[in-house]
Amino acid sequence: MSRAIEDTKKMIDEVLEVYPEKTKKVRAKHIAPNDPSGQCASCQVKSNVKSRPGVMTVRGCAFAGAKGVVWGPVKDQITISHGPIGCGQYSWWARRNYYNGQTGIDTFGTMHITTDFQEKDIVYGGDKHLDAALVELKELFPLAKGIGILSECPVGLIGDDIEAVAKKKVKEFGMPIVPVRCEGFRGVSQSLGHHIANDTIRDHILGKGKLETSTPYDVALIGDYNIGGDAWASRKMLEEMGLRVIAQWTGDASVNEMGIAHKSKLNLIHCYRSMNYICRHMEETYGTPWLEFNFFGPTKIYESIRKIAAQFDDTIKVKAEAMIEKYKPKMDAVIEKYRPRLEGRTVMLYVGGLRPRHTIGAYEDLGMEVVASGYEFGHNDDYKRTYEVMKEGALIIDDATEYELEEFTHRMKPDLVGAGIKEKYTYHKMGVPFRQMHSWDYSGPYHGFDGFGVFARDMDATVNSPTWDLIRRKK
Amino acid sequence: MIKLKIKDHSELFQEPEYQAQFERKKEFECCPTSEEVQTISDWTKTEEYQEKNFARQHIKINPVKACQPLGALYCALGFEDTLPFCQGAQGCVAYFRSHLNRHFKEPVQAVSSSMTEDAAVFGGLNNMTEGMENAYALYKPKMMAIFTSCIAEVIGDDLNAYTKGAKEKGVIPSELLTPYANTPSFVGSHITGYDNMLRSILKSLTAGKKSEPNGKVNVIAGFDPYTGNYREIKRMLDMMDVKHTVLSDVSDSFDAPNTGQAKIYRGLTRIEDTMDSANAMATVSLQKYSTLKTMDFINKEWNQKTVVKIPVGVRNTDALLEELSKITGKRVPQELEDERGRVVDAMVDSHTYVHGKRFALAGDPDLLLGMVSILMEMGGEPVHIICTNGDKNFHEDMETLLASSPYGASGKVYINKDLWHLRSLMFTDPVDLLISNSYAKFLWRDTGTPLIRYGFPLFDRHHLHRYPIIGYQGALNIVTSIVNTVLEELDRATINTTSFDVIR
Repeated sequence: MSRAIEDTKKMIDEVLEVYPEKTKKVRAKHIAPNDPSGQCASCQVKSNVKSRPGVMTVRGCAFAGAKGVVWGPVKDQITISHGPIGCGQYSWWARRNYYNGQTGIDTFGTMHITTDFQEKDIVYGGDKHLDAALVELKELFPLAKGIGILSECPVGLIGDDIEAVAKKKVKEFGMPIVPVRCEGFRGVSQSLGHHIANDTIRDHILGKGKLETSTPYDVALIGDYNIGGDAWASRKMLEEMGLRVIAQWTGDASVNEMGIAHKSKLNLIHCYRSMNYICRHMEETYGTPWLEFNFFGPTKIYESIRKIAAQFDDTIKVKAEAMIEKYKPKMDAVIEKYRPRLEGRTVMLYVGGLRPRHTIGAYEDLGMEVVASGYEFGHNDDYKRTYEVMKEGALIIDDATEYELEEFTHRMKPDLVGAGIKEKYTYHKMGVPFRQMHSWDYSGPYHGFDGFGVFARDMDATVNSPTWDLIRRKK
Repeated sequence: MIKLKIKDHSELFQEPEYQAQFERKKEFECCPTSEEVQTISDWTKTEEYQEKNFARQHIKINPVKACQPLGALYCALGFEDTLPFCQGAQGCVAYFRSHLNRHFKEPVQAVSSSMTEDAAVFGGLNNMTEGMENAYALYKPKMMAIFTSCIAEVIGDDLNAYTKGAKEKGVIPSELLTPYANTPSFVGSHITGYDNMLRSILKSLTAGKKSEPNGKVNVIAGFDPYTGNYREIKRMLDMMDVKHTVLSDVSDSFDAPNTGQAKIYRGLTRIEDTMDSANAMATVSLQKYSTLKTMDFINKEWNQKTVVKIPVGVRNTDALLEELSKITGKRVPQELEDERGRVVDAMVDSHTYVHGKRFALAGDPDLLLGMVSILMEMGGEPVHIICTNGDKNFHEDMETLLASSPYGASGKVYINKDLWHLRSLMFTDPVDLLISNSYAKFLWRDTGTPLIRYGFPLFDRHHLHRYPIIGYQGALNIVTSIVNTVLEELDRATINTTSFDVIR
């Protein structure tokens, strides 16, 4: 074991000391020093298992994964938060999945639509109520292309048959009605919600869309939720290199696009965690290959563009190289401006999906080092992809608690922390520069050539803000 | 060397190459034609659509309410060293915390027992026991305020038995305070949850504590998302020299000074004072509908005088101060009288811009009762009043209030309705100004009616919660924001005309 690994191990043990015995044992399996070589057996973290009760986990639930992440952004479908009032209220337009359309007329992304369960629905069941709700929605929103029924906890507990209600209405309405069993108590985190949502895309939408013509350059952009316009920035690049993006999942997606992705020649997946399931399905069923890529920061962008172009003929390769040539001066200018201001600064990340590993290259382009990273709801395959891109002895943390994040921050003293809204203001109070890395702190895009400049500008604004120096620190 | 111009989403996507991209994307969207969209858009603004919209019984569209446990959590955070503990699934607490984070821009600490599928089958006993053990070990609270979310309510977990069991087992100390409240999300709203949690804390902490009168007045703010209000009521009581206990004082919990330290507990209501609250001479609540059960409990169990006064507006503030004076025998000091004089002076100066203006409002019942009062004091006319979480009693209260002033004549109150209903009303019967939370900005976009942000949640403007809306200072803040919104709009409307005045 190297010195770096040993030091980190010692720090982890100290932080875990406060826990009751059983919880300490469990948490110890989720936090480890990084070992890119793979030789340290105890350095592999355990993941995708239940959070311990009472520890203040950062995690959310399956509903958040299915409604908030995967289905919510589909713009011309009405997404019902089916159950009591809260879940839909708290996830109302919180993820900034940008879309074009006239809200309330042909698109519905920024609306909170709920069956608002009352006690009688719990006692007598909510199916009749749901049936009637679907009729009312159909009448008030004639241009909707589908309706998703996203179940909240009570629906699954009282034994409602939302599938039967949906099936009946599909025939009546002649459009997809998608029952999604994403009750919050299912699974251990948002992750199962993604999987459940993927399965419902497979069962109710995929293969049913219209695509008039096909070209050899058709691709689908998968696992980009268009937060702050990310998918648009990525699409711009794919189009410029000569590809035809036939579907965008699910940021700014239409129901039709959800139905035609299998017809692409290559599925390009950004957020592996939330949409690998459906990519595997399309590969197995339709033979559509898929490829992971990373559009954060120029190093990874160039690498990804070349990797994507390599799947196509020379016309694409030539255009891809020309595009890199065109944008490189701008990327260099961004680095020239911001790198001197950020060089050598350390970063702690605790996020979800793809970001704990995908943003590392972008920080490195700016001369920053990610010294700790972790996933709210990652699986083993996410961590495997992470070990190799981080330094030996870096901290890897799965399903962190708020206590642990604070403690590791005190010990590691990162210059910047990137996590979510629940962490943000604790760090502000601690006087530690912080960026929300779920919502881009209401900025963005961060993807692609157009995103990198915004990313660099934002990191600089926060790391070097004069406001931190105003804090009169109590000892 | 190229000139670096970084554009973020607010400018970037307006550029021609992105606009062209959006056009190209339509090929795959199978979207309706712009004529079809226009036809439907026009139709949604008609009386016919309004009728269909108001006929709906089974779906809420953009409602203005949250769920019970959020209110319970909020209430708990006002007490000293108190950790809110939610018996339920973990996603609920993640949602409550982030919702409050976004409104206050402050940290929010609370734990969940992370109930999952097995707990749904076997009950949540193990989750609660282990949850309490872990939470106590990590966060060392004096009080764990326990409440529930859907899963625990549907399966019927016995909070009392589980808590007792945890103490008997020794996983938490027996002296740890563990009040609990059942807060099902399918009953009432966040204001109900606030009420249930507060009653439970008071009931539990004051049991057996009734003794000599302590000469204090208890003040309950209700589900009040303005930290400035807590500071304002305390300031007024100090000025009157009235000894007081604010029951659930969240002013520091949601507006703490930055000292480079993250303190987990910032609730200002001391446990000791809470225990002694049964001995106060009276309890004054500043909201009616978020404290119904609590006030009933205080009145019946403590035999204490209870008073409800919503001090939004001049006359409402007068009424509160008179009542306090009556209870305590203390006079309203000249300084407060001077403050009154100043706000009245401001209202007189600004009245021409507010008189006869028509308002639509949406929000919690108590906020609406307060806002309607102050609008009518200025000669403003409340027209559409939407209250998703209002009941029949509220309906009656509001109608009585409207009837008390000639400016209330065109006011109509709608309970159990939402912002999509309001959209119809605002098209068929337009108003000049809209008062509601941040989500009403979509109505501003659709109807062009300027939005003055009041209520909960306020996500898209900063620091509004720090400015009180109660008392004379609060009235001044409200008057200022309303009149300046009117003037801002007047500038916008007259920008290319000779009416673009510098002196208004």
